[in-house]
Amino acid sequence: MVVNAGFAGRSYPPTAPYSVGREKIREFAEAVGADDVVHFDREQARARGYRDVIAPPTFAVLIAQQCEGQFIVDPESGIDFGRLVHGEQRFVHHRPITAGDEIVGVLTIDSVKAAGGNSMITTRSELSTIEGEPVCTATSTVVIRAGE
Amino acid sequence: MSNVVPSINDVEVGQELPPHTIHIDRASLVRYTGASLDRNRLHWDERFARSVGLPDVIAHGMFTMGTAINVVSDWVGDAGRVLEYGARFTKPVVVPYEGGADVEATGVVTAVDTQARRATVELRVTCGSDKVLGRAIAIVALD
Repeated sequence: MVVNAGFAGRSYPPTAPYSVGREKIREFAEAVGADDVVHFDREQARARGYRDVIAPPTFAVLIAQQCEGQFIVDPESGIDFGRLVHGEQRFVHHRPITAGDEIVGVLTIDSVKAAGGNSMITTRSELSTIEGEPVCTATSTVVIRAGE
Repeated sequence: MSNVVPSINDVEVGQELPPHTIHIDRASLVRYTGASLDRNRLHWDERFARSVGLPDVIAHGMFTMGTAINVVSDWVGDAGRVLEYGARFTKPVVVPYEGGADVEATGVVTAVDTQARRATVELRVTCGSDKVLGRAIAIVALD
């Protein structure tokens, strides 16, 4: 089954809010070896002008991938998850993700391209707080490898 | 770790950032699987990885990307100063049970914008002779 090119340009409704927790930030920071105290110590984070501890630069993927999941599991998308390979990822941070944030994501399928039997899909997750403050734009390209 | 953010006036194109060696073993991948919620079997089940034609389990591309940016965060002195970060996943990092894998990450300043007080850093991230991230570029806010 080929990926449905008709999905290019489609947007999904906002996701349910993701609550950014201090301990999840700590766990993620430890997992990627990010030892900046700004991920662990609220007082030091405040001293640098942040409201609370902030997430490492790639933490946004956790929320963005939940956002992208809507498209991947959409039966009409034609995506075989077993053939999905992550090709490229980019984050533009409008401000650091901070403990206490309630984040919603709006997913847009930017493009669906065919290349030698494979499909390349670029999606954009606009992450913002429930109050509407933009936090991060996460762009992801996945390749769906051709079947044998 | 110190929190001394470099001044834009002290940064120049061509400047090299202190490199990092990232040792990856199965425990690293299990930790990242839990933290990131990316539970794809490719990253922890070698029987499954081999069944889809890989030599062994592979690291999450986002794990490699997430650890490599520490080169930049450490240099800039505040992880919140990383404004933009992107990379292509060009080759998988294969992580054998015995010995794991070592990834080398280095960075070089490729552009300096004194007006906006921003610098662009290009990361070079390799495992053995493989370049595992391509076009790995970060933009940081300096003082």
